[in-house]
Amino acid sequence: MSASAGNPRALNIGAADFAIASLAAAGVVLIFAACLIGSTPLSPVRTFAALVGAGTESERIIVLDIRLSRALAAYVVGFALAASGAALQGLLRNPLAEPGIIGVSASASLGATFVLYYGLAGLSPFMMPIGAIIGAVAATALIVAAAIRVRSAVTLILIGVGVSSFAGSVMSLLMNLAPNPFTLAEMVTWMLGSVANRSFVDIAFAMPFIGGGLGVLFASSRGLSALSLGEEAAASLGVDLGRLRALIALGAGLAAGGAVALAGAIGFIGVVAPHLVRPLVDQDPARTLLPAGLLGGAALVAADIIVRLLPTANELRLGVVAALVGAPAFIAIAIRTRPRHD
Amino acid sequence: MTSLSAEALSVYASPPPRGQPVVVKASVTLRPGEFVVILGPNGAGKTSLLRGLLGLAPYTEGMARIGEDAAAALSPAARARRVAYLPQARPLAWPAPVRDVVALGRYAWGGRIGRLGAADRAAVECALQACDLHPLADRSCLTLSGGELARVHCARVLAAETPLIVADEPTAALDPRRAFQIMDLLRAYVAAGGGALVVVHDVALAARYADRLIWMKEGGIVADGPTSATLSAARLGDVYGVRAEVDGERVAFIEARQ
Repeated sequence: MSASAGNPRALNIGAADFAIASLAAAGVVLIFAACLIGSTPLSPVRTFAALVGAGTESERIIVLDIRLSRALAAYVVGFALAASGAALQGLLRNPLAEPGIIGVSASASLGATFVLYYGLAGLSPFMMPIGAIIGAVAATALIVAAAIRVRSAVTLILIGVGVSSFAGSVMSLLMNLAPNPFTLAEMVTWMLGSVANRSFVDIAFAMPFIGGGLGVLFASSRGLSALSLGEEAAASLGVDLGRLRALIALGAGLAAGGAVALAGAIGFIGVVAPHLVRPLVDQDPARTLLPAGLLGGAALVAADIIVRLLPTANELRLGVVAALVGAPAFIAIAIRTRPRHD
Repeated sequence: MTSLSAEALSVYASPPPRGQPVVVKASVTLRPGEFVVILGPNGAGKTSLLRGLLGLAPYTEGMARIGEDAAAALSPAARARRVAYLPQARPLAWPAPVRDVVALGRYAWGGRIGRLGAADRAAVECALQACDLHPLADRSCLTLSGGELARVHCARVLAAETPLIVADEPTAALDPRRAFQIMDLLRAYVAAGGGALVVVHDVALAARYADRLIWMKEGGIVADGPTSATLSAARLGDVYGVRAEVDGERVAFIEARQ
């Protein structure tokens, strides 16, 4: 009896591991595909040669410094936003929680806009990520603090929407008062979200924050499993709730803030990716982080490929495409979310 | 031996400046091998007493101990390895499979869901077996009936293999047969050397199973002793405000007292 009951689970774990490996492989394939696309036609063989350091210098510059860096930026941003979304959903026990929805991305954009408005970006390349992260961590901390008092998940999402609107309005104010058209154009870029022309240097300045944030999220994710039984049960199971809240808020703020610093506000990837992978891991919020991140990264690289392939006069912004696809998906998830006792 | 005890424990609903405590200077003890049931009307402070005993209530006076240690000073993990707690509200944010919910009982031992060690897996299988949940082990909790779900939560608590269990209304909203099943599981746990402190609203069920009854009213403990010594028509009138007839373990409620 017990032996036969153990078997389905063993198969299940195998299936989850296989799905995770497939998502990772899809990410690699998509990044390679992104390196094939551009105004200079290059065969897959020559692209591969350039990737491993062979080929001519101009080929290496095109493939590595222009295409690969852009694809990696998209991947890192998608991974960070989706993993943060998965962690926030686990913490707030709501499938609609996401950096974009609860105002984390908007606050990060606001932080970045402040840096632009006051011309601080010239001081140090770290100013931009730091501004975005201050905004992101402040918003995450506010939502998590509200979560301690507010029992209703719906109210919490509404508070996040309020935070998002407020950050948006302050950003509009700064744009309204922008000292020159150049600053205004830069601010608009942050609002729309894009990974065009991102170099390895840009990635390197955002990476410590994204990597650190993801590290904190993965290290503390185990508590999220216990939290699915409610806060009281989680506390009695051995979860230090205050610590868990602080760590998830910090981790999600760092990762999402770093992502916004790199690419501006890109919404909905953090709600759609965790939703899609949740059935693969038996709905366990802790195990959702990794596959959600892998799917989010791959999806954003794919979206960026589409952006580059579409024959539009002006290149579409990645954030715009993500929202065009993601917002209807978000609405569908919201409608299908089963009613809960809040 | 791990025991659970309170000495003049008062529990407040809010931080100072505070009003009346919801539990007033309660002193109780739970030892291994005892099945103790707390009885009292709604709002008598039963849940607050449990939370105070476990060190989960933020505003308290007096002393609550788990083993030799102050409950509030124990780390969450250390407490979880001594006492398993089944709260009254049992939300489930994600529709996890039965086995995963039961496996959460092993949290304090470091068991990661889906990557359990041998000892953790054995404890989970044992709890599933005890609660007759093997046929349902891979089903989503979303598809279970209320009685099945109650058994899942009971198994989660048993899987912790702690010396003590505290359960808040484990039989709420269950039909008589399902309620008996849950109480039988707890009795088997006590027979194996565990100590159980359980809040129950069914006086007859409590009288049938408990070694000791703790009667609460308006935040205070009005009686604490064996069923034969504390269960009487006068007690039911005093605590619940009802007219009732008592014959040994049998209780018949007649009407609300004016």
